[in-house]
Amino acid sequence: MSKMTGAQAVLECLKREGVDVVFGLPGGVLLPLYDAIYQSDIHHILVRHEQGAAHMADGYARATGKVGVCIATSGPGATNLVTGIANAYMDSVPMVAITGQVNTWLIGKDAFQEADITGITLPITKHNYLLRSAKDIARVFREAFFIARTGRPGPVLIDLPRDVTVDEVMFTWPEVNLPGYHPSFKAHEMQIKKAAKALMEASRPVIYVGGGVRYAGASKELYALATKINAPVTTTLMGIGCFPEDNPLSLGMLGMHGTKYANYAIQESDLILAVGARFDDRVTGKIASFAPHARIVHIDVDPAEVGKNVRVDIPVVGDAKNALEALIKEVGAKARGEWNEKIEGWKKDYPLRYIPDMNIIKPQFVIEKLCELAPDAIITTEVGQNQMWAAQFFVHKDPSKFISSGGLGTMGYGFPAAIGAKMGRPECDVIDVAGDGSFLMNSQELATAVVNDIPVKVAVLNNGCLGMVRQWQELFFEKRYSATILGRTSPDFVKLAEAYGAVGLRATKPSEVESVIRAALATDRPVVMDFIVSPAEKVSPMVPAGATLSEILELEWCDEAQACHLEKIYAQGRQEIYGQEGF
Amino acid sequence: MKHTIAVIVENKSGVLTRIAGLFSRRSFNIDSLSVGATDNPDYARMTITVQGDRDVLEQVIKQLSKLINVIRVSELDASESVVRELAVIKVSADKESRSEIMQIVNIFRAKIIDVSHRSMIIEVTGDENKIDAMIQLLRQFGIKELARTGMVSMVRGARVIKA
Repeated sequence: MSKMTGAQAVLECLKREGVDVVFGLPGGVLLPLYDAIYQSDIHHILVRHEQGAAHMADGYARATGKVGVCIATSGPGATNLVTGIANAYMDSVPMVAITGQVNTWLIGKDAFQEADITGITLPITKHNYLLRSAKDIARVFREAFFIARTGRPGPVLIDLPRDVTVDEVMFTWPEVNLPGYHPSFKAHEMQIKKAAKALMEASRPVIYVGGGVRYAGASKELYALATKINAPVTTTLMGIGCFPEDNPLSLGMLGMHGTKYANYAIQESDLILAVGARFDDRVTGKIASFAPHARIVHIDVDPAEVGKNVRVDIPVVGDAKNALEALIKEVGAKARGEWNEKIEGWKKDYPLRYIPDMNIIKPQFVIEKLCELAPDAIITTEVGQNQMWAAQFFVHKDPSKFISSGGLGTMGYGFPAAIGAKMGRPECDVIDVAGDGSFLMNSQELATAVVNDIPVKVAVLNNGCLGMVRQWQELFFEKRYSATILGRTSPDFVKLAEAYGAVGLRATKPSEVESVIRAALATDRPVVMDFIVSPAEKVSPMVPAGATLSEILELEWCDEAQACHLEKIYAQGRQEIYGQEGF
Repeated sequence: MKHTIAVIVENKSGVLTRIAGLFSRRSFNIDSLSVGATDNPDYARMTITVQGDRDVLEQVIKQLSKLINVIRVSELDASESVVRELAVIKVSADKESRSEIMQIVNIFRAKIIDVSHRSMIIEVTGDENKIDAMIQLLRQFGIKELARTGMVSMVRGARVIKA
């Protein structure tokens, strides 16, 4: 036991929790804490916008499996974290967010830079705390980290009034005692037996895998189960990489922009084994006609997910790793059968594809090239078309190497998440697949990457529009492109990168794509690659909103007339930016 | 369908907000909510009446259980529980109506806790139906003000719902 200030106690807690890096930005009420940071050996990454800090902590957590930590000052600093916290909450990411708060005696008085951040984040945190006394610091931090990483992980916020960081305290490290928190872990034996029986009886099983498998570190167990019974595996966006996509049993992603064969398999299945997935609307399509012939076994660590969106025949509450281990022991081996053949047929008939082009870069081609040249890279994504193409055309094999904003769908996530991931796993190449719309939402973090020498790569699929929304307007709003054409309003991304001291590269022709990627991978500095891609390209296939999964459509990827129309809109602006050779 | 649940929570500031926030965020309908300390001052007990089918009730219970400050959630089966609510009703009362009101008060085993020239305050306890019935009967005299506590409930017999 030793005497220290509250701020020093906070750092002692972080040290004891094994935190080696924090992402943050200081402010008035955080002066005592930042003074303690200055005198400690913790690695602090100064961000340029607090949203970046939250996404970095999130990316760090997803890449390493450890709890990510971000820090922001009171008021606007704290509210700037909100999107990042909501994002982590929707995707069950273990995170501790520390916010400064005004002195305790000023709370509720509308003091300068005061915001009720515990109130604001109530619905988007797993739990949150407003510290009122320095003596509670150790207990609260220990509880916060415990809550963030156990059970279904999630963000926990600690609001830290200035005076609490100044007051002196005798530091003790208490045991966690939370009478109201019992994360379920071990699956019920009877339920496992029932699930195993159902799996053995099924003739058309599908294993449907979500982020729960990733957080439980259960990829190995999933592989063992699937190959033992020869059951096809489809993953959600959050579950990507949990099952190797080059395995014949892999169906890739399901849902709105999933593969046709994954969606067909679900609709024809007689048994769905859902593991750590939550039957999100983007996955199920029209819920009433989802998997009409299937019994559903649902393994989830969060009891509240079972039965929330669909009726479940066999609920199994427990950690995915533990439940799958138990299940493997209960099931007998099954040979390949008719069902596997049928799926093989679908895979042959309806592969993911696009029409290659010699003259204009297809965004899917860029992803394929990234996969070819950096197969082991960590891929982060922004949100929209870039995200779906990265999900579809990169062959994923490791869940910690695909980092994407699933539940909240946060544009501007991928770039800071890449910085966080790179901090956690510096040995990996980290590439953010971005769009020209979303990259600008947090491009200020280029300064963070450059100053801290974090050599992440950004691949901007520059199609001059907010592509996913434009795609919907083309399909469902009679091509009225309301507020989706960016054209000339985007900056020159090469110059933007250079302005920050990063490297900027551009490819305007398919033949330049490979050399740009190679050059980016060869440099040890942050790089922005600007790929001028076909503006009319659409993400295909697609289940229209509210339709049944089997009503999945293969879109005309790039309708000729449409392309011309869009080209005309963009041409002028593009010429201004890129010169004649832009097209 | 109406369901009554007892929720044992940590007796701390902000817990009520968490619960109320959960109900509004998930679009669960609260009919009635009451809260007070238990025999152990560290814990408070809430009695919540919610509307919805079995699936909704199951979600309510599971989502409440996820809150860190919630220690225990139990459904109280209507047939095995006693349910009470208290209401105070200020009703217009003059010389002519006073005796008639007092008769109603007696029939309902309610109490008069304040009298003035023009009004009286009546205190009544009972289940929801009894209180509704009483209010209905008093309407003819003119209800000036009404306050209800919301339901509290407890299982009959030996079963105990505690932290």
